[in-house]
Amino acid sequence: MSQALHLHYDVPGDDFTRAGEASGAVKRKLKQMGFNSSAIRRVAIAMYEGEINMVIHAGGGEADVEIMPEKISIVLTDHGPGIPDVELAMKEGWSTAPDHVRSLGFGAGMGLPNIKKYTDEMRIETEIGKGTKVFMVILAQ
Amino acid sequence: MNVRDIMEILEADIIWASETGLNAEVHTACGSDMMSDVLAFVKDQSVLLTGLVNPQVVRTADMMEMHCIVFVRGKVPDDSIIELAKERDIVLLKTRFRMFTACGRLYQRGLRGGCEKE
Ligand SMILES: Nc1ncnc2c1ncn2[C@@H]1O[C@H](COP(=O)(O)OP(=O)(O)OP(=O)(O)O)[C@@H](O)[C@H]1O
Ligand SMILES: [Mg+2]
Repeated sequence: MSQALHLHYDVPGDDFTRAGEASGAVKRKLKQMGFNSSAIRRVAIAMYEGEINMVIHAGGGEADVEIMPEKISIVLTDHGPGIPDVELAMKEGWSTAPDHVRSLGFGAGMGLPNIKKYTDEMRIETEIGKGTKVFMVILAQ
Repeated sequence: MNVRDIMEILEADIIWASETGLNAEVHTACGSDMMSDVLAFVKDQSVLLTGLVNPQVVRTADMMEMHCIVFVRGKVPDDSIIELAKERDIVLLKTRFRMFTACGRLYQRGLRGGCEKE
């Protein structure tokens, strides 16, 4: 029998003020379920970075979260422009964010490296013109 | 020190605060207008000083488990931002001091940073 809890969120691309709603909801859910604070924090930060990326770089997308006692898996799917050079995108400080994004407090090129840092597994599947999928796994310990 | 002390040192006004929020102990703070940097470099800081005013400031503080946001230069957040802070029980203060001065005053009274990379 599976004890997994599946959550699904639509992440609207036209409203920057709502970016982070899905991550916030997951964070509260994990707290309710009694996960340890380190795991909650890592999930919250990694998913928030990914969610913000979908909103500022890809016109929004979807988040699917699977919560199991031992690990939390997150898949972020968008139909944006894709990432031409993933290795470059993963570098600290690399960003294509325009000035208006920077004036909102984002676009330092720290999001993807930060996701890498806070997750136990991270994988990006991307195709130019089709979109991007970011997979993350955080072990609950 | 606690959030009340921060208020006094920064001659700050409360925008929104719960009683428990005002009594929360704080040891470290971080000053930044880049939420990206806060998310990447902050570790266990409890106060965020910022000149940026949008809902992502509250969400970032929430993700980082910070208790208090101080808006510098007398910036005032709108109602949607205040609502978000209430939901998450994060204290919102505003000070007329600019970033450099606000951080300096807190540092002088013993509050330490921690935005630096380890
Ligand atoms: N979902 C996505 N779709 C298309 N491009 C993306 C996506 N996520 C990231 N990128 C590209 O990768 C770059 C690096 O992403 P990263 O999250 O590290 O930095 P950033 O979003 O530009 O800034 P920060 O995360 O510090 O606010 C982005 O500038 C963008 O070019
Ligand atoms: Mg990013």
